[in-house]
Amino acid sequence: MKIGVVTFPGSLDDRDAQRAVRLAGGEAVALWHADPDLHGVDAVVLPGGFSYGDHLRAGAIARFSPVMATVVEQAKVGLPVLGICNGFQVLCESHLLPGALTRNQALRFVNRDQRLRVASRTTAWTADLADEVVVPVKNGEGAYVADAATLDELEAEGRVVAYYAGGNPNGSMRDIAGIANAAGNVVGIMPHPEHAVEELTGPGTDGLGFFTSVLRTLVTA
Amino acid sequence: MPVHSVVVDVMLKPEILDPQGQAVANAIPTLGLAAPGAVRIGKRVELELEAEDEADAVRQATTLAETLLSNPVIEDFRVRPGDSA
Repeated sequence: MKIGVVTFPGSLDDRDAQRAVRLAGGEAVALWHADPDLHGVDAVVLPGGFSYGDHLRAGAIARFSPVMATVVEQAKVGLPVLGICNGFQVLCESHLLPGALTRNQALRFVNRDQRLRVASRTTAWTADLADEVVVPVKNGEGAYVADAATLDELEAEGRVVAYYAGGNPNGSMRDIAGIANAAGNVVGIMPHPEHAVEELTGPGTDGLGFFTSVLRTLVTA
Repeated sequence: MPVHSVVVDVMLKPEILDPQGQAVANAIPTLGLAAPGAVRIGKRVELELEAEDEADAVRQATTLAETLLSNPVIEDFRVRPGDSA
């Protein structure tokens, strides 16, 4: 199974995401922002970082890159897509996910190991997760916002995939850390599962579940 | 086609928390000045657009503001003619 990882100018965590894909048992394929061809991948990861320098708004310019035109088109017909941190911002800017991510309430860049309460295992990317996972969070613009009707709808439909536990690091509404689209193939998550895939370098291996989930989903699809 | 200046002001919606504005508001009393009721920080985008007339330039800028320059989930915008070239 091939999982593509997009590199935008300013992406930081593309190599870590590729490594996470390989550790989960998949084949990682590097995708380039200027190339609209997805090279036959079965799923796509939009990694963390500061695409296009976060100019204008985080993710705003990336949305109009050639690769995103194809990702948006394919996501609408079922391609599994995971957006991590900046990738989550890109998915919101692309209208694949509702809401937006704004400046952390405390204005500080937050970097710490974060407990998450997993709230949905019915998506392509969360099926293998435990009830609670620990993955690093590191963001400056990670506060999830949406209007009350959208938040109610996300919670009623089970589309909040994870909530922050043990303290909200950025002021996200209703402690939301990650959400999915209605079909469950597109997931955005602010913390970084790709940094929790090896005991040596992360707080544990809880993040691996995101990547094994999609590989298993693809096999049974 | 002539070039027309247009200005787009982008502001966070009133209901969206503006931590930058709050930080500035909190700093103002340290200058010995009275604390302001509110401080909101936004963006001003100056565009030079090739357009048939001012109305056409404003139309183009409005399209840009809706699609790229602002995020309708969190921001409002206002388009106005600039100091024309």
